Order: sequence, then C-alpha cells, then structure tokens
Amino acid sequence: MSNGPLLVIRVERAFGPLVEGEAVVSAEGFSPRYDLDRWTGLITKPGHKLEGASIKDKVCFFPTAKGGIAAGWAFYDIKAKGISPKAYVFGVTNPVMVQGAVLAGVPITEGWSEDPRAVLRTGDWVRVDPGRKVVELLRRAPLTA
Amino acid sequence: MPRVAEQEGRDLVELTDEERAMLAGAQGEPVRRALDYQMEVGRFFGAERFVPITNAHMMGDIEVLGDAGLALLRDAQALGARARVPVTTNARCVDFAWADRLGQDAGECAKEREVIAALRAMDVVTADTCINYQTLYQPHLGERVAWGDTGTVIYANSVFGARSNFESGPAALAAALTGRTPEYGFQLDRHRKGRFVVDLSGAALADLADWGALGKVVGERHQNYYAVPVFTGFRRAPLADELKQLGCALASYGSMGMFHMVGVTPEAPSVEAALGGETPWEGFAVSDADIEAVYRAFPLGDGDCSLVVFSGPQLSLFEVKTLAGLFQGRRLHPGTQVFVTTSVGVRSAAERLGYLKPLEDAGVAVLEGVCFYILQNLSLMRERNGWRNMISNSAKIVNIIGAHRFRTILRRTADCVEIACTGRLS
Repeated sequence: MSNGPLLVIRVERAFGPLVEGEAVVSAEGFSPRYDLDRWTGLITKPGHKLEGASIKDKVCFFPTAKGGIAAGWAFYDIKAKGISPKAYVFGVTNPVMVQGAVLAGVPITEGWSEDPRAVLRTGDWVRVDPGRKVVELLRRAPLTA
Repeated sequence: MPRVAEQEGRDLVELTDEERAMLAGAQGEPVRRALDYQMEVGRFFGAERFVPITNAHMMGDIEVLGDAGLALLRDAQALGARARVPVTTNARCVDFAWADRLGQDAGECAKEREVIAALRAMDVVTADTCINYQTLYQPHLGERVAWGDTGTVIYANSVFGARSNFESGPAALAAALTGRTPEYGFQLDRHRKGRFVVDLSGAALADLADWGALGKVVGERHQNYYAVPVFTGFRRAPLADELKQLGCALASYGSMGMFHMVGVTPEAPSVEAALGGETPWEGFAVSDADIEAVYRAFPLGDGDCSLVVFSGPQLSLFEVKTLAGLFQGRRLHPGTQVFVTTSVGVRSAAERLGYLKPLEDAGVAVLEGVCFYILQNLSLMRERNGWRNMISNSAKIVNIIGAHRFRTILRRTADCVEIACTGRLS
C-alpha cells in the first residue's frame, strides 16, 4: 500500500519484532490460565466477552491483564503448539505477561494513546512496530451485512 | 481507569562488572541466557539496574510448562544450570498418590516426574506449595525476593513488607540462577504507595470467604497491577489466613501486587503513610451488604452439588483443623466429591494431629503438593464426573478455573460443608 496507515496508536512500552496481523479487539481483560483453552487457542471461559474466539495468529488487544502467574510459561507453550497470537497489545498489563511474551519472542506492548475499542474493529489489519512504539491500522475489515 | 505513569527509564539497564561478565558468559551459558532474558524484561519496564535477591519461588509443572517448557528445563539442566539462592516450587498438577484415581494421563504424569528431576538437578527445592509464606520462608521488611504465584507475591509485599514483582516460572528461575532481578515495579518505593482507600468499618468479614469476596469487589473495581488499595477501619486484628484470602483474591480479580491495611501491615502505620503523601484516586466503603451481594450474584445453574473444593490457595494447618471440625461425624452426600489441597508438610502434620481422619471418614479427598485448578486433565475430569458447578470458599479459585468451563459458586466455609453433606444448594 503506497498510502500511510489509516490510523496510528502510540504505545508506552514495547518489546519484540515488527508484525502484521488481523486484530481481535477485546472489551475484557485476559489471562491464558483463566480464559484460554491452551490446546486449541480458543477463549473458553463462560461469559468472557470473546468466548469462542480464537487468538491464533491474531494481534490481540486487551484492556487489562488478569491474574496470573501462568502466562510466563503459557505464552511459550502456546507458541510451540502453533496457536500463539502474533502480538499482545495491552492497555494495562502486568510483569507476567511481559516475562511470558519475552520468553516466547512474541511482541507485547503496554499503554495506548487511544482506546482501540473506540477506533479499531475485530478483523481490521494492523501492524505492531515495537521499535517505533506504534500500532498502525493498515486496512479496515470488510463490512459485513 | 486511573493510570500510574511509569517513570521513563533509560533504555539500557546499567550493569555492574560482574553482570557484564555474566553476560559475556564468564559464569556459564545458563547464567548468560538468564541474565539476557532478565535484561529484556527489565528494559521493557525501564529498569535502571539489577538488585540482589535472597529467595525465589517458582511455578513449574507440566500442565503449564507443556512440552516446550519441559524441553527448556532439560536444556538448562544439561548446560549445568544451578540455583545460587534458595528457590522453592509452587503447587504442581499431580499428586502421584491420586493420579490414577483421578484419571490423570500416565504420559503427562511421567513428564511431571521429569520436570521435578530437572528442577532438583538445578538445586531447586521442589516443595510444591503456594503457601510458602506460611510454611517455608517469611522475608523481612525490605527484603528483595523473586516470587510467584501471585498470592505469594501480594502477601510478601503487603504483610511482610518484602519486595517482589509477579515473577512467573521462567522469571523466578532466571532470578534464582543469577541471584538478582531487574529493579522495577514493587522493587521501587514509588510503586508501593497506596492509590485508593477502602473503609471496612461496616464489614464484619467473619468467614474466610468474606475476605475473598472483599478482594473480588476491590479487585474488579481497579484491574491494575499498581492499584494498591489501603484498607482502613477494620475493627479487629485480621488473621494470617484471612489476609491470605484477601491477597489471593485481589491478585486474581485485580491483578494487584500489593495492599496496605492501616495498623496491620508494616508500611501502613497510618493512612497518610500508606498513601506516601499522594492524593488517593478515590475512597469507598465495603460493607456487609456488599459482601452479601457477592454471594447472591452467582447463578446456581441446575443446582448441581457434585463438586465442592477447598483449594486455591492450599490450606494452612489451621484451615484443615477447622474443616476437620466441620466434617466431624458427617458423610458426604451421595454423588458429591470434596477435594482439599494442601502442602506436603501441612498434610503430614494434620495426619499426625488427627485432623485428617474426620475428613477422610466423611469421604473428603485431601491432596498434597497440588492446587485443584491446575490439576492435569481437569477438563476431562470434569466431563467424566459430570461436574457442572464448582462450589468453593475460595474467591480466587472461583475466578481462576473458568477456562475449564465450570460454573463456579462462592460460599462461606460452613455453607460449603453443609452443601457437601446435604446436596442442597441455595
């Protein structure tokens, strides 16, 4: 695409390589222990706002981190199982998520200049560039009836 | 949501001569890798240096490690990794005495033994407890440690005034190998200040589950690691088991790493001291009515009472003693299964003191070295047993077990026992 990004969200802290992928925008926080089936990559916690959604190969936007000490190993485990997200983009996170993402070599960011829930939709194509501390919207999800 | 801005740190962690040598491989490949990993985590948070630690506590069980994690441990062992500070393990996913009866996978159990062997070879003390702060090690005010799970961390920061971040398995193991941790988060004074005030003058909090319910109310209101609540106005001295339930629930529902309780915890001689001179985000009260509302909010589904759990965290000796009294002379309702989990040491003491017999006579399973929610094969166990509801007096486990598709219900301790023995849920 010759034009620049449609939208730029600045993040406060970031780790990892540049990636692109389809956004999953969650209105609820996340823990791999509480919410995720770590064998399928599906969010299985009953009542979670993303219940039934897959995080595999997605750029996941979560407002908060829940719990939980498990992410340290779990992010590495799900990467090895081939069901890892491409990146974790958090509003507020905790050290465990960062320790897990660093071990897995998966990009993670914290803090955002605009709430993704207001400007992005699940299905949008985004780029996460930890080096420049930005998340960029590249293509809108096709509108469905 | 109020935010705590992390002070912009330098982009690089400042290293001592020893640390530079470690990074150059002078102390072996495992130390080099561990410090390199810690550098990356520290860089994310703007840490300016490493600080020495005295003790580490790590999660490492096959349920969360997976094959990839096990391979990583084997690799570290093969490279000669050795802990340089005392390091203990958190609860694991198999109690080998129960594995067959619970229908746990033999292959995974064999891998769990490999995990234990690899950790022991690195001089990790496989104590398998999530209540190390009650049974193994009590750090002093200002002592720096690298602990996980979250319940151990919030207890260390809050009740002991020690300093730890949530250190997940790989992070705590790295800290044990290098003897240090990056200085960020609760290692720093500025993150230990109270952020909001919670008035407890209208709350009786007579049961352990009430403390967990309090943690749920407060934790859900501010899901933020750095949202440090300051509790005030409670009318008696809280017990260690009560603070344990509160801390575990705050960490679980709010991802919080620390709380203050005025006149109780060491960094809170007064509200002002706990706030560290800053204006609180807000103040609010939690009363008996708020606690009651927590219990009423759990849907009961079809009223299934086939599973009652006392776990998450493991029970102290006093909790086991209390349960023994409540189950004395009673029998579980036909079709109901009850699980208690505790540490190896507590179970052994309970047996010697006669607290196990009333539980086992009633039909209660008392597992050691595990926590219920991390049991290997739990989803399959749920399906095979037809468990739909999980009833517990632990607000933490009620929150944490969701991915296994249980409907969870929080009830007070004596009510849980009553449900288990009558099969009636209300």
